[in-house]
Amino acid sequence: MSELLLTGASRWFGNVVAVNDVTMRIGPGVTGLLGPNGAGKTTLLGMMSGFLAPSAGSVTLDGEPVWRHTDVYRRIGLVPEREISFGYLTGRRFVQANAQLQRLPDPDAATERALATVEMVEPAARRIGTYSKGMRQRIKLAAALVHDPQVLLLDEPFNGVDPRQRAHLMRLLRAMGDEGRTVLFSSHILEEVEQLARHIEVLVAGRHAASGDFTAIRRLMTDRPVHYLLRSSDDRRLAAVLIGADCVHSVALATRLSGGLEVQVSDLGAFAAGLPGWGRDAGITIRELVPTDESLESVFAYLVAS
Amino acid sequence: MNLTIASLAAQALVGQRRGWTLLALPACLVALAVGLHIFAPGTSSTQVLSGLGYPVLLPLVALLATSSVLGPEIDDGSIVYLLAKPVNRYVVAISKFVVAWVATMLAGALPLWGVAMLVDGGATRWAFAWLVAAVVAGTAYCALFLALSALTRHAVVVGLLFVLMWEGLLGGLLSGIAWVSVRQWGLRAATALHERIFGPELSLTYALSAALVVTIGGVWLAGDRLRSFTVRGDE
Repeated sequence: MSELLLTGASRWFGNVVAVNDVTMRIGPGVTGLLGPNGAGKTTLLGMMSGFLAPSAGSVTLDGEPVWRHTDVYRRIGLVPEREISFGYLTGRRFVQANAQLQRLPDPDAATERALATVEMVEPAARRIGTYSKGMRQRIKLAAALVHDPQVLLLDEPFNGVDPRQRAHLMRLLRAMGDEGRTVLFSSHILEEVEQLARHIEVLVAGRHAASGDFTAIRRLMTDRPVHYLLRSSDDRRLAAVLIGADCVHSVALATRLSGGLEVQVSDLGAFAAGLPGWGRDAGITIRELVPTDESLESVFAYLVAS
Repeated sequence: MNLTIASLAAQALVGQRRGWTLLALPACLVALAVGLHIFAPGTSSTQVLSGLGYPVLLPLVALLATSSVLGPEIDDGSIVYLLAKPVNRYVVAISKFVVAWVATMLAGALPLWGVAMLVDGGATRWAFAWLVAAVVAGTAYCALFLALSALTRHAVVVGLLFVLMWEGLLGGLLSGIAWVSVRQWGLRAATALHERIFGPELSLTYALSAALVVTIGGVWLAGDRLRSFTVRGDE
């Protein structure tokens, strides 16, 4: 059982602050590091994996600082986002080299075991240069797993991986989390994180925006006021009906030429369930209902503001 | 010295196109020397050695070898795969240095020796002096360029500027540059072995110690840079 601890960790490059005063504890199980692109996830993972010195604060693994402490790599397996450029090596040789560098007693057996775990035994004799994106991702994972690490850090592991391989990777990571390993992966896709992680850390613009159980985070994200654009046969009358509903926070006549209503909803579920009935009862035809801020960025922006 | 890292570095040399350039350079030199030897025998073939082989080919080979074993991995960040291991960073630097050095000796110093033997008609003392010059300078070049590869993404450009502008152009105009010129240190070692080779006005002790300091310092610096190797996001 290993635990990564970040205490007031910050990192700046010149006068750009990439990670700002992050304190978090990553324990056994699968943790998802969620944040939009450019939020500082790679920087944070860099600090966790000892490839970036914190400008302030500390990053420790079981009490030992990670930076410039090469022995921690016996316990850490790292899957960077970067492509491997060892295209001239076979997959097997690459994984085997990782096993040898870890000074494992039987590197060849460990190599075969890791290759089997990621289902890469058959293509392992081919050169990495011939691999697809998903295969590269899996060979990177095999290389990180070869020494059976307690901690596994993955930077955007599902980028460019097809759905079948993604499901396979997710099963693998989930199993490792269940074994009591500390697995942390970063992603900018909420659904991905939700499917895999029990625990979620949200990073926005370098700041630690939220932390907790995925249901709690999901509620935070879905319970926020949502904006819709509504078009109907009689906008003004519909506005009067809507403002009477508890779940509607505000209604405004849209200023655009095509008309419509701008509606801010506080309880998404009740609004979705009630709207068709209200329209029918009032004899108003609802023509269009468009969410206007469903993008992930607006979800993150809401989280930061709250 | 770590055998795994050394073998990966050797595969990086052989497995990429750059590795073949490494062979093409000395092949051209030897072909040129043989051609001159057959069609224009005499002093002009000595020039192949003192004007082209030693001052240009040798540093180019060293530059190619070192930048192939370290440069690309640092550029694209894939050196993290080697560094995310419980391996001493200085050992990584030394292993890479050894591979680049062996390549430089094989593709730089040995062909030079061969050409020298061809020019002088056998394994003479004169030819041996050139081999010594090539070994001394080749070793220092390797360490110097290894440090450059670890320090900057533009190691090849900086290395070329050092060889062509500093040692070549300026070194020809200002004799004082010999104090800080790998080429001249190697030459000084050769002059100690044969009076027909002209070298700089330096003491042999200085030339050899300078080469040694650059070699050890360069490898140490490369290891030190690897200790602080950082991963950055793409933004």
